[in-house]
Amino acid sequence: MSEYRKVFLDPLLNNNPVALQILGICSALAVTTQVENAVVMTLAVAFVAAFSNLFVSLIRNVLPGSIRLIGQMIVIASMVILADMFIQAIAYDVSKQLSVFVSLIITNCIILGRTEAFALKSPPGISFVDGIGNALGYGLVLVAVAFFRELLGSGRLLGVSVLPTVSEGGWYVPNGLFLLAPGAFFLIAIFIWLLRTWKPEQVEEG
Amino acid sequence: MAADARRTLLVAAGICAVTSFIIATADVTLSSIIAENRRLDTVKNILIAGELFEEGVDIGATFAEDIEPVMIELATGEALPEDRFDDALNFTDFDVDTIARHEEHGRAIDPDKDIAQIDRAPRYMVVYFVKEGDAFEKIILHVYGRGLFSMLYGFLSLEEDLSTVSGITFYEQGETAGLGGEIANPRWQQIWKGKEAFGEAGEVKLTVVKGIVDPASPEATHQIDGLSGATITTRSVDNLVKFWLGDEGYGPLLERLRQERTSGESAAGRGLSDE
Repeated sequence: MSEYRKVFLDPLLNNNPVALQILGICSALAVTTQVENAVVMTLAVAFVAAFSNLFVSLIRNVLPGSIRLIGQMIVIASMVILADMFIQAIAYDVSKQLSVFVSLIITNCIILGRTEAFALKSPPGISFVDGIGNALGYGLVLVAVAFFRELLGSGRLLGVSVLPTVSEGGWYVPNGLFLLAPGAFFLIAIFIWLLRTWKPEQVEEG
Repeated sequence: MAADARRTLLVAAGICAVTSFIIATADVTLSSIIAENRRLDTVKNILIAGELFEEGVDIGATFAEDIEPVMIELATGEALPEDRFDDALNFTDFDVDTIARHEEHGRAIDPDKDIAQIDRAPRYMVVYFVKEGDAFEKIILHVYGRGLFSMLYGFLSLEEDLSTVSGITFYEQGETAGLGGEIANPRWQQIWKGKEAFGEAGEVKLTVVKGIVDPASPEATHQIDGLSGATITTRSVDNLVKFWLGDEGYGPLLERLRQERTSGESAAGRGLSDE
């Protein structure tokens, strides 16, 4: 059980896929303009990561080396299609906002990275938990970035106006940089810096 | 080696079979729900354009009570009688892209006139009238055109004077979130309300400008603020609006409705069926 706990909690701060392994940056830049999108994206990634890990782990002993990567990709792609369909069926409005980024989860390095590094070598149960853990680590960074991007870029949080903007008759002039990808890039860099200041063991050998 | 190759093929086939089965099952189960969601979303956008939508309102009921859809032949502006409907051309199955590509029901557009860059356009479009007794108080027009990264689909509604804009919505677009994607932002869409689409001589004057509209300018009543950082999407919206309000789009329909109104035919005040 403690092994499950470790696998689940490690990716949050000790081995964060975005902040330490530097994976999944692309979508972290794209979907973090609003907190709601970041949350739904995290749930979608959790679904895909957990079940991809599970299925890859189930076939890890029969999957031939020659089709190792393509086999994993087919499993991941299937899970992504499922996630996309579920979101469109359950929360159509949100799916319109996330649009193509849910489909792009297949390109998220975290998913393939974990199936390669973990699921191929581990039993299904713990692989499933590893998928969820890494997705939540990714989600932590996403929501943190989205929090600042939505707040500073549009004065809102979860759609609710917190800093009334000038165009709404308030005082806040939205900082456009945060609505663009470079804003997310800077925020992620700051997050990595703060995390490594707190946990120096993550700093790479210079 | 042959045994290895065979095993590889078997595993590959097995993976494909299982994943295909899972996805096919999900699709069969969910596709009708998703299609219904899409349809409801489109109807919701029609209501928003017609200012009939509020949070919590019954979309289906409001549409059935307050909206009258009419199939219009764009070239003449006349309503198409129902006996000329077919499998693709009817209210339930109507899809702009399918009809545009249809050999008979769609047509190729002269490249010089194709400012919305859609290559082909439907010959018939469903127009939505917001009913008011025997007449209509708004007309909701289905518009679309090519944006920067995607096709933009929306509804533009005009008041009964057939010139004042009542509202605009975009129900489908894939532009950059925060930039071109702002065309879906209700705050920007509200700017359109009250603008005059046509000039004195009946020419299309509705324009989305680059930058902010100067309120002191006499043209301001025809102009809408562009989206900062989204020049190409802004231009695309400008083009598609001009296309559909012009002769290649709803121009003939609007002209016919104007004539009917000035000639005072009360029964045709709705400008609907020609029975």
